[in-house]
Amino acid sequence: MQLIPCPWCGPREESEFHYGGQADVAYPDDPAALTDEQWAQFVFFRDNPKGPFAERWFHSAGCRTWFRAVRDTRTYAFLPGSPA
Amino acid sequence: MTRLDGYGRLDRSRTLRFVFDDVAYTGHPGDTLASALLAHGVRRTGTSVKLGRPRGIGAAWVEDPTGLVQIEEPFPEPMLLAATVELTDGLVARSIAGRGRLAQVADTARYDRQHHHTDVLVIGAGPAGLAAAQQAARVGEDVVLVDDRPEAGGTLTGTETIDGQGSREWAAGVVAELAATPTLLHLQRTTAFGHYDDGFVLALERRTSGATRQRVHRIRAARIVIATGATERPIVFEDNDRPGVMLASAARDLLHRQGVRAGSEVVVFTSDDAAYAAAVDLHDAGARITVVDVRPAPTAPGCIERGIVVHADAVVTRAEGEEQVTGAVLGDGRTLPCDLLLVSGGWNPTAHLFSHVRGALRYDPRLGAFRPGEEVPGTQVVGAANGEWAGSTSVLWRVPGDPSRQFVDLARDATVRDIERAVGAGMRSVEHVKRYTTIGTAHDQGRTSGVIASGITAELLGRPVDDLGTTTFRPPFVPVAFAALAGRERGDLYDPVRTTVLHSAHVAAGAVFEDVGQWKRARHYPRAGEDMAAAVLRECAAARSGVAIMDGSTLGKIDVQGADAGVLLDRLYTNLMSSLKVGRVRYGVMCGNDGMMIDDGTVLRVADDRFLVTTTTGNAAFVLEWMEEWLQTEWPDLAVHVTSVTDQWAVLPVVGPRSRDVIGAVFADVDVSNETFGFMTWQDTVLDGVPVRLARISFSGELAYEVHVDARYAPALWERLLEAGRPFDITPYGTETMHVLRAEKGYPIVGQDTDGTVTPQDLGMSWVISKKKTDFVGKRSFARAENLNPQRKELVSLLPTDASTTLPEGSQIVEHRADGTLPPPPVPMLGHVTSSYRSAALGRPFALALLRAGRSRVGEVVSVPVGDRLVAAEIGPTVLVDPEGARRDG
Repeated sequence: MQLIPCPWCGPREESEFHYGGQADVAYPDDPAALTDEQWAQFVFFRDNPKGPFAERWFHSAGCRTWFRAVRDTRTYAFLPGSPA
Repeated sequence: MTRLDGYGRLDRSRTLRFVFDDVAYTGHPGDTLASALLAHGVRRTGTSVKLGRPRGIGAAWVEDPTGLVQIEEPFPEPMLLAATVELTDGLVARSIAGRGRLAQVADTARYDRQHHHTDVLVIGAGPAGLAAAQQAARVGEDVVLVDDRPEAGGTLTGTETIDGQGSREWAAGVVAELAATPTLLHLQRTTAFGHYDDGFVLALERRTSGATRQRVHRIRAARIVIATGATERPIVFEDNDRPGVMLASAARDLLHRQGVRAGSEVVVFTSDDAAYAAAVDLHDAGARITVVDVRPAPTAPGCIERGIVVHADAVVTRAEGEEQVTGAVLGDGRTLPCDLLLVSGGWNPTAHLFSHVRGALRYDPRLGAFRPGEEVPGTQVVGAANGEWAGSTSVLWRVPGDPSRQFVDLARDATVRDIERAVGAGMRSVEHVKRYTTIGTAHDQGRTSGVIASGITAELLGRPVDDLGTTTFRPPFVPVAFAALAGRERGDLYDPVRTTVLHSAHVAAGAVFEDVGQWKRARHYPRAGEDMAAAVLRECAAARSGVAIMDGSTLGKIDVQGADAGVLLDRLYTNLMSSLKVGRVRYGVMCGNDGMMIDDGTVLRVADDRFLVTTTTGNAAFVLEWMEEWLQTEWPDLAVHVTSVTDQWAVLPVVGPRSRDVIGAVFADVDVSNETFGFMTWQDTVLDGVPVRLARISFSGELAYEVHVDARYAPALWERLLEAGRPFDITPYGTETMHVLRAEKGYPIVGQDTDGTVTPQDLGMSWVISKKKTDFVGKRSFARAENLNPQRKELVSLLPTDASTTLPEGSQIVEHRADGTLPPPPVPMLGHVTSSYRSAALGRPFALALLRAGRSRVGEVVSVPVGDRLVAAEIGPTVLVDPEGARRDG
């Protein structure tokens, strides 16, 4: 049971959170202008790095803030200063 | 009897009676079942799991690989270690032939849970743990101290001195000081069994009083001190599993803790100095001792002055005796008669809780054991758990002999021969050897066998043991009952139960309920003699010919407010919501980025900057989260607030051709005519001072009004509506009837007729997709090649041609070839039945199905396997009742 650093509430148990997948995947400015392949990249493809990974988390059983955090996928450790 | 006066810390003023294998015995408070049995000379506790060999008590605590018993009273529990069962009055236990037996009666005891947040958690109340707890408490830190034994002090026997005092007196002094420290919580009989991320430890407390049998402590600590001591390991020789073969430290522990001398003719086989303490203490307690030491010149402390014979540079190669040990055969062939054969091959740091958090263990050749080999932040390992002890060991895993009689893991009946087989089969990693041989997978987690297995494997492979490593320890440290983990979250408390404000009215009306997520929803209201089918036919008929009423309060409701509320909804729904006029209602569909439908519902425009959005019952939380994610991550510039109002509003649909009469009677000030109160509009009114919202929304195709009211007034309003409906025989209906009515109209249910691979177009709902909007979530995916594939599965109805079979939901759809035969297996699956009911309106069963290119095939016949039969069914349009929509205005 990890502690996850909510930027509003501070460290809380992971069972209070929902995982939101990779962060920084912006919704395309003009989806209609994208090829099927480009659109599929946005919809279906995500990184799977071994190491630091920027993720979205949602404090669903708390303040209901969506936030960004960087987690090391090798150790699961949330890297300090990551919420933004 | 081998109970000695002057030894042990028992309360001998009290006698406890117990029964083992139908024989009555006595013991005292402070006994374990093992010590009490040994006090009576009972050695054997059962037979082994695979080979059926006699087995007995091999150790005095959780490290015992063999002494398992079945407990019958006070409550049945299978396969507990006799060494860890505290003796209680009336205890009934049985020996085990291989395996225990699960209880056949329900466990009525309570199990619960406590949470702790602390600066320091100290695990283990031996000398190292007590000192750590004392130190932390003295500097004012919050401390939790847990220890798995009934009393603090670890393995201190009282023969040692600490700080110039007797060790037990020292321990009692520290315990008294800790007890007087308000910032310290001290729990005995509490086993830390799992160590997890970020200073989180689970500990199981065995309660001896009160209503709770066991309690799981969830402890979150900034700093954790692991002071769990060390575990003696044996040396492997032939027939080393005989009852009467025991760890040397166990015999010493039994002597000092319970005053039990486990034998009178004792051979001590050792490669380690610590075993001499057992030899000396048992000698002083009147046993005849012979020591066999593998080392050429052991210091043999205390032996010369006592005249204890020490065979140096010698080994025990075999235990004699079957039901119990009668002798130790030495390497030179001599046999030393004995009734107790003590073994010590050194000690292993009990570093499990360090290993749980991925702390690496490194081999220390001085100890012949693995010890914590790195720093883990926030975790400190102290004392023997860190391999800190005096004395020396000559590392010896096993002596020469027949490998098939040399037991490595007694609990698994796994021998040196099994390791040889594993290595011969190509295993090179200890993790693989563990899985191949099952060594270390029993209740004791290989406490006495794991390192030996590593050592023997290394020898067989000709590799150094430090290079080979050891297996990873994982929680739980000791077996934990599921009941303890479940705590109070079982039965009705397993998952929260949500009921609507009208629940008691439904119960009183005889409703049968179904679970919809966490909700209890009335499924149908059977009258006397009715089964569900009959009740549903009656309820459906009432809705289509008279008037019926249901409790729709579980509907998800989200209050969407703000200047940009319309913009948000335009982006999330496939259709245009911002153009909706105040006072009107629009049905909407939401898709994911992949274009697949994720929810649907109605949207009421309450004001220019306010909408009431409804969601499906099961998706309410998801849709709110979905809106919040977009608002917070992609569109933080939008001025919108979203709030769940599911529980605040009760929703009571009044449905059927006579619904207008009922609504008109209850709300006399509302003009309910179709001209002023049209379909998909809403009006606010007030009833006896209570605001009520009425909306012309229909999920059945019939004239219908949704009545929205503050949930607190819903029971009264429900009664008023029933009262007003009495002249029309108003009929309460449940979710089953709701499903039939909507299916007759081809209205899909998200999650039943869809499964995350279904687009609105697949459902025949292209009309709900805006062509005006440049973008909305999912729009781009509609143009993907796969979404345009004419072979996509589409929603259709299926009418079984026999007009009598109700197709089971989930049934597959297949097709005969032109020659009337089925294609060869695997027969292609063309789709599946998503909803299936009997229809009162149609007078027959019908189904909805997702079928490959279904809409282009209306009128054709396909087959559905039902049991052993293939049922023919004609493909039809989704709307089977009132396709022209003539009924919705009454």
